[in-house]
Amino acid sequence: MTPLLQVSNLVTEFGGGKGRPGLKAVNDVSFSVERGRVLGLVGESGSGKSVTGFSIMRLLEHPGRIASGQVIFDGTDIARLSDEEMRRLRGKRIAMVFQDPMMTLNPVLTIATQMVEAVRAHDDVSKEVARQRSRDALGLVGIPSPEERLSAYPHQFSGGMRQRVAIAIALLHKPDLIIADEPTTALDVTIQSQIISEFQKLAEQSNTAVVWITHDLAVVSRLADDIAVMYAGRLVETGPVSKVLSTPRHPYTAGLIGSVPSQNRRGERLRQIGGMTPAINRLPEGCSFRTRCDLATDGCRAMPALLAEADRSFRCIHPVTREIA
Amino acid sequence: MVTSIIRRLMQAMFVILAMTIIVFIGVSVIGNPVDILINPDANQAERARVIAHYGLDQPLWMQYLLFLKGLLQGDFGNSFVYGRPALGLILERLPATLELAVTALGIAIIFGLPLGLYAGLYPNRISSKLIMSGSILGFSLPTFWVGLMLIMVFSVELGWLPTNGRGPTAEVMGIQWSFLTGEGLRHLLLPAFNLALFKTSLIMRLTRAGIQEVLPQDYVKFARAKGLREQRVIAVHVLKNLMIPVVTIIGLEFGSLIAFSVVTESIFAWPGMGKLIIDSINLLDRPVIVAYLMMMVLLFVVLNFIIDVCYTILDPRVRLDAKA
Repeated sequence: MTPLLQVSNLVTEFGGGKGRPGLKAVNDVSFSVERGRVLGLVGESGSGKSVTGFSIMRLLEHPGRIASGQVIFDGTDIARLSDEEMRRLRGKRIAMVFQDPMMTLNPVLTIATQMVEAVRAHDDVSKEVARQRSRDALGLVGIPSPEERLSAYPHQFSGGMRQRVAIAIALLHKPDLIIADEPTTALDVTIQSQIISEFQKLAEQSNTAVVWITHDLAVVSRLADDIAVMYAGRLVETGPVSKVLSTPRHPYTAGLIGSVPSQNRRGERLRQIGGMTPAINRLPEGCSFRTRCDLATDGCRAMPALLAEADRSFRCIHPVTREIA
Repeated sequence: MVTSIIRRLMQAMFVILAMTIIVFIGVSVIGNPVDILINPDANQAERARVIAHYGLDQPLWMQYLLFLKGLLQGDFGNSFVYGRPALGLILERLPATLELAVTALGIAIIFGLPLGLYAGLYPNRISSKLIMSGSILGFSLPTFWVGLMLIMVFSVELGWLPTNGRGPTAEVMGIQWSFLTGEGLRHLLLPAFNLALFKTSLIMRLTRAGIQEVLPQDYVKFARAKGLREQRVIAVHVLKNLMIPVVTIIGLEFGSLIAFSVVTESIFAWPGMGKLIIDSINLLDRPVIVAYLMMMVLLFVVLNFIIDVCYTILDPRVRLDAKA
């Protein structure tokens, strides 16, 4: 079975052109997602995970652009689509949920306006029908008295409710793929949990593929089937969630897991990865992680290739072998 | 809403009161109107009679109290120079200034908004950079110089447009308007353009800055992620947010157009309020100055209120009654 979304060797650059190289926010990233599966795309701030999401949506802001590589969605290379064809894909077959629900809804338009326009952008239906569908979608994500809430403005909702509205908008057209860019980061834990359950149900029931972008390993372990760990624009480790989280091969993944508070013993200092993520224009030669890595040797001065091992892969010549959890 | 109006009117009263005191003290510091009003050849008895006639023999605080007393009866006092009610003099000139200001603001919006939008949406085009450099000229060149140049080029050299005055007017509802006659419109064109130049640049730059602020917002990206057409993203999502600061500035600038059209009116000999107030200041015609400034305070208060009402329409987060 061919995957719904296949990203191969994606490189997204900012700036550059006319002979000068741009900054590679995303560098040689490949992964795939099948229908009904959830991929957790994990990394620290600035690792390029959001840019990957926007690259798939072709919503990169100037001066960002896809420099090379392919994004194949349901057999079509999205780079070959015209702007209008891409627009018809967005919101209809690929939907996106953003990180900050306080910012994603337009503050001066009613929820009804923002939902009805989303329906009518793709389906030629009357406003009444569009409103009806919007109301149903709000009900689906658990918003009480949806009819009244339709005429409200975003500032009259709490953060969690706003994110539900954003998810309802994403679900309006029953998309094949949802890119969720840290949708629970700005929410408190109980709401987080509810939203994750919604997504789980969604992926199972409507066979929707989800790319869940996050830095929260706990969320990924609950929700995702597969995981892809990014560091400084590159994938460093991919594989099934259970395997990667229990036996990480890349020292960075191991460090991330080790720094989750529940992994630490009470009274001990929290473990952390030394140093800072290098700025994207000052990456060390070779493996980007080697300056922070305990296992680094001279061999790390050359960029290691992604090594495959059964159904997983990692980009390290000194893979961790001990079990963590 | 009603409490809000009442509160504003009370505030306006205080501002007006403070302003009248400042004007009374200010004018008395600048000079004595008597020196200007009375023929230098007049004898002592005649001087005393004129001084008493205008009430200038009283101490300043007494003059002020008398003025307040008149005010309560709706009397702003008579102009020292014209000998007629000051308020009437000003209201007579109001239509001329009003049509000049409205025309100028119209020009500023018609040119400023689209050009600013264009420059904001396509900041890297050469045409956008030209527009923005042009706007720097627009608000750095002094109004009087531009006015003189306009007269030089369009009136003196090319002879296309008249240099001064309102031209023939047509009467509607008892008021004389220039823009209703073709010749009057020709008279209106140069001064209105002169007055509009600065405001056009201002609205242009404001619009551009607003666009650049709104475009990177998440809700614009989210609107695109919903698959909306680009026209709708700009026309609804961007423009509606953009209008909030733009409406504020347009409202306030309309006030300043009316209040400070002095330079343009002087250069083009446009018989509006600006010219009246400059003449009155030169002649220390205190009643006219006071009445004029009081009207301006009222104008700004009313404009601010209208802006606030517009706000509640544009921005659902703002409610007038909420802030007590």
